[in-house]
Amino acid sequence: MLDIVLFAVPASLVILGALIVIFAKNPVHNSMGLVLTLASLAVIYITLNATFVAMVQILVYAGAVMTLFLFVIMMIGVDKPEQTREEIKGQTLLVSGTLFILIGIISYVVINSGFKWDLWFPPVDYSLEGTPNIIAGTLFTEWVLPFEVISLLLIVATAAALALAYDTKPGKKK
Amino acid sequence: MIEVSTDWYLTLAAILFSIGFLGMMIRKNALIMFMCIELMLNSVNLTFIAASRHFGTIEGQISVFFVLVVASAEVVVGLAIIVSIFKKQSSASVDLLRTIRG
Repeated sequence: MLDIVLFAVPASLVILGALIVIFAKNPVHNSMGLVLTLASLAVIYITLNATFVAMVQILVYAGAVMTLFLFVIMMIGVDKPEQTREEIKGQTLLVSGTLFILIGIISYVVINSGFKWDLWFPPVDYSLEGTPNIIAGTLFTEWVLPFEVISLLLIVATAAALALAYDTKPGKKK
Repeated sequence: MIEVSTDWYLTLAAILFSIGFLGMMIRKNALIMFMCIELMLNSVNLTFIAASRHFGTIEGQISVFFVLVVASAEVVVGLAIIVSIFKKQSSASVDLLRTIRG
């Protein structure tokens, strides 16, 4: 009973936050909905025995990434209403209709099979705790090359962001 | 007695991905489209972690780390692009972007 509650409450909060993200008008409300989704996902990760990933989710996503989002929202300005005129005629209606049909087909298949996804293997009976110890033991031995490559990616992204933000117009001398 | 199985987590991830995709399609503000990309990435992360629990391996959680790093790099570059677009046309709407049109 307890594990059902521990699934249902964060899951409904995840969906509520996601709906706030796509339907709220004020960008600050959108980002707060995203924070709700990310924090509830961290709770779900804890119930799935991924404790370290849950901590990283809170720190990196709900902390750093959302701070960045809020910075940009405040720079761009929140009180400007979103432009609602459609440049492509009937875009929203067309996309919503297509999505509705697609999601309808998929949910028909899923519900018809009684929410059973064909997973090929039964679940294991032991539980593996995702502590920093175990994760580091695999990450720094088997996966050390992707780890180094991803550090290169971060440096390139930082340099790209600097290059984009830096004003290189010849007329403006600092 | 109902038990929470991996199927439930996969269903939640599918719902989250659909919501993110819907938002990506109907919103015109570039910032909110970015948030919808984050939603979709997070649903994939949830799938990875549910699979990691299901199969009793740690590789799923390591994949989540890589997804996380790629997502933050993408956010940094994307937000820089949005700010420079905003400097040029003082709006973050993607429909007004016609500079590449021939």
